[in-house]
Amino acid sequence: MFAMTPMGNKQKKVTLGEKLLQLNWSLVLLVTAVASIGFAMLYSAAHGSADPWMAAQMKRFALGVAGMLVLALIDLRYYMRFAYAFYAMAFVLLVYVEFLGEIGMGAQRWINLGFIQLQPSEMMKVALVLSLARYFHGVDWEAIGKPWVLIPPTLLAVAPAGLVMKQPDLGTAVTLMIVGGAMFFAAGVRWWKFAVIIALGLVGAYFAWNSDLLHDYQKARIWTFLDPESDVRGAGYHIIQSKIALGSGGVWGKGFLQGTQSHLDFLPERQTDFIFTMFAEEWGLVGGIVLLTLYSMLVLYGVVIALRCRSQFGKMMAFGLSFNLFTYFFINTAMVMGLIPVVGVPLPLISYGGTAMMTVLAGFGLMMSAYVHRDTKIGRTGREEN
Amino acid sequence: MAGNKQQAQNQAKIFSRRAMILGGLQASLVGTLMARLYYLQVIESEKYRLLADENRINLRLLPPSRGLILDRFGVPLAANFPNYRAILVAEQTKDLEQTLGDFARLVPLSERERNKVMRELKRNRAFTPIPVKEDLNWEQMSQVELNLPELPGISIEEDQKRYYPFAGLTAHLLGYVQTASESEVAADADPLLTLPGFRIGRNGLERTYDKSLRGSAGKSEIEVNSVGRIIRQLSRVEGKPGADLVTTIDIGLQEFAQQRIAAEQSCSSVVMDIFTGEILAMASTPSFDPASFYRGISGDEWRSLNSDMFRPLTNKTISDGYAPGSTFKIVTTMAAQAAGISPNFSVFCPGFYTFGPMRLHCWKKEGHGHVSMADALKHSCDVYYYDIAKRVGIDAIAEMARKFGLGTVTGIDLPGENSGTIPDQAWKIGTLGEKWYPGETLVAGIGQGFIQTTPLQLCLMTARVANGGYAITPRMFKRYGAAGAGQEQPVLTSVNPGQGADAAPLMDVKPEHLALIRRGMDLVTNDQRGTAYRRRIDIPGMEMAGKTGTSQVRRITMSERATGVRKNEDLPWPQRDHALFVAYAPVHQPRYAISVVIEHGGGGSTFAAPIARDILIECQRRDPARRNPNDEGGRREMP
Repeated sequence: MFAMTPMGNKQKKVTLGEKLLQLNWSLVLLVTAVASIGFAMLYSAAHGSADPWMAAQMKRFALGVAGMLVLALIDLRYYMRFAYAFYAMAFVLLVYVEFLGEIGMGAQRWINLGFIQLQPSEMMKVALVLSLARYFHGVDWEAIGKPWVLIPPTLLAVAPAGLVMKQPDLGTAVTLMIVGGAMFFAAGVRWWKFAVIIALGLVGAYFAWNSDLLHDYQKARIWTFLDPESDVRGAGYHIIQSKIALGSGGVWGKGFLQGTQSHLDFLPERQTDFIFTMFAEEWGLVGGIVLLTLYSMLVLYGVVIALRCRSQFGKMMAFGLSFNLFTYFFINTAMVMGLIPVVGVPLPLISYGGTAMMTVLAGFGLMMSAYVHRDTKIGRTGREEN
Repeated sequence: MAGNKQQAQNQAKIFSRRAMILGGLQASLVGTLMARLYYLQVIESEKYRLLADENRINLRLLPPSRGLILDRFGVPLAANFPNYRAILVAEQTKDLEQTLGDFARLVPLSERERNKVMRELKRNRAFTPIPVKEDLNWEQMSQVELNLPELPGISIEEDQKRYYPFAGLTAHLLGYVQTASESEVAADADPLLTLPGFRIGRNGLERTYDKSLRGSAGKSEIEVNSVGRIIRQLSRVEGKPGADLVTTIDIGLQEFAQQRIAAEQSCSSVVMDIFTGEILAMASTPSFDPASFYRGISGDEWRSLNSDMFRPLTNKTISDGYAPGSTFKIVTTMAAQAAGISPNFSVFCPGFYTFGPMRLHCWKKEGHGHVSMADALKHSCDVYYYDIAKRVGIDAIAEMARKFGLGTVTGIDLPGENSGTIPDQAWKIGTLGEKWYPGETLVAGIGQGFIQTTPLQLCLMTARVANGGYAITPRMFKRYGAAGAGQEQPVLTSVNPGQGADAAPLMDVKPEHLALIRRGMDLVTNDQRGTAYRRRIDIPGMEMAGKTGTSQVRRITMSERATGVRKNEDLPWPQRDHALFVAYAPVHQPRYAISVVIEHGGGGSTFAAPIARDILIECQRRDPARRNPNDEGGRREMP
């Protein structure tokens, strides 16, 4: 699956046809497989009906895959060139929803464009990866040792994370920080600096807890996570019901459309955040492990592309995007299994909803572009190197 | 350039190493996820499976229908009646006010009922049915049914309510049913009691045979969703309906007796089969309407029933003790014979009896002259009994009284029985801490003083005289109906055993002594000079033998006796004498015993005897042996 054609060191113009052939069709297949599991689950969530979720999700997916392929064909250097501009745009939109966001359900996180609900925090995940990749592409290994060199990328990561946290969207904020941190690490930032950052992070978390940065319901979620049984009817209900549904699934599951807990509404948000629970209730441990393996393969695919990429930008971008995917599915599954607090992160490609799917498919598009253009040499400013 | 290249290679090497480290971290995190999944779905799976079932499976109890209570001929005394009620499911209507308003135009709703509905609607989830109006009559029900399309959310539901067709006529016998109190629920393991609205027997036969009448609960497993809405029924086990209880009551006679005494302010009467102890009628007045207890009695109603001077809630035949007066002379006569006093023993009655410094009066001022034992009963001569009581002593009299079932509960299958009081020397020391005075023996000899007996005990005493000394036990249980196989079976006794009844034990008295009592009682009603001759039954073959009793509840002072004893009519009700009469019939082949007690009713022969006469006539007219020759094996000879 990961077999790649050796291209040699020489730069040469590739035609569109060649590019199409070089696309990672196996990755497309893998993505489609995971998305199909999602379709089946949305069908089940609606008690065996294509409406209201499955059909809409399929349309979105078809659209998303088309967009993904388009993105895959665009030259990697364009992404590098427009990385900061894209970041700036995402940041402006984030600020915009922050001021607009007082209306709505206490957490208005999107801009309605009519045909799609644009969620700037999701855009920011991609924008952050792109801009960090671009930043680290232009920084020498030696230079990374100097603290002031790390100040701009730190701001790149922390500023949007802070804004998103304020929205409030704890899950996405944490994701931004983790993905950013992973990219810092991959870029070669020294170990001890991470130790310092983590220490500072703990102190920061302490102050965040005692300020109004965290909403009461977020604090409650963390508390409930620590002791879910304390509040069976209230905040702990979600975790307990999710564990009951999962556990009662057993090794082989209750069978497609047979998940009692999900279908009798004991399981909250079964079509979105808790769709993994429903899947594991119906398909059991076997299904759960298969799905986790499929996700792991997708992540691994990204890592392999990163390793095969010649340019530092391509490596960083592919790795960042694959790490983003990992963070996504890990936070979601760990939360429904009761390993981490419920933070409201959907399961990419499977949960109902357009934004997460768009982000993830766009990410795959970019990864594929990095693969197609893996031998492209990129200068410091994004121009082709001779 | 070379430096650049060197650096690029360096950078790539570091990236690869770091990427591998992070990849390893990711792999281990995925491993953690899988391990967690394994833990939840394999190791803890059983626990969560149970929790999942608890989540979704609700066990519902299906109440069985309560057994009927029937009279001896199968006439229902307590039945179940369909109760149609209108219920409202809030989520099925858009406008609650509108729906309720439309409903109220068909079936009037009081402000209170309306508020109750609104309150219930607020307390419950939108899909929970709320009762709007209970007990719809046929017309209202069809009105509502017809207009259901315009009444979204309203529907008609049927369940059962307990219904007593004879209402107050049988209220004391049957008792009533009521929802169980919390302590009753805690004390009874039967899950049925936990059902809201489930009613248990509260008094009378409903209470004695509650467990058998109740039946056993059915079960239905219902799958519900997270908010409790029913999705489907998983399984259903039907319960067993309660056993039908066939009683010994003859409802025709019961009706007659209850109506016959209804004119009295406070009166009670029992009719018993002297061979089996079966109660044919048991009347107590005033009575009450058991339906008010079913509906949930209001505080005012309860207070007025409770504070009523004539105590309508009390079954006086078993719960009230009265001084038996002259009816007790039966016991005194038996005690005298047992002590060896000859029936020919004669006493001269000058109208009073001198005992030391005391002068005790006979009810007949001018005296009876010379009286023998049988004549003493006939005339009810007090002086004769003062004399023989003094000779026999209180302990012998008390012992004889107990043989006839006085001073102890008779064991009838009704709750709330009073044991009455039969005093003797030990009793007085034990209860009052005083020694017994010989004068008290004389008073006891004519059934006054400390002696207290219930009307049922007097009837039982008479029955034991009439049946030749068999210690029968009064009862209202006859058998269970078809549904009641395997119910708890009470022990039945009868003079003629068989048909599930054991032999009743013989009392330790001489048959000829009883025969003398019967002769005396015959004279009371059928001899011209008997105290109740004017109240006799003169229908051939139905004649009764009886004994009058008038028991004093106040002390007559010397001065009053000198100026003339005040007439009962001139006294306030609580100071008037009790009027008593006991009898059996037919006189030559006894079958039925009766007692009548009119509380503060005046003279026994004048007021109580006519009631006994009328009830006995009706009883013999309705004789089940005549209506159904196979039922009781025909008339029996005297043993």
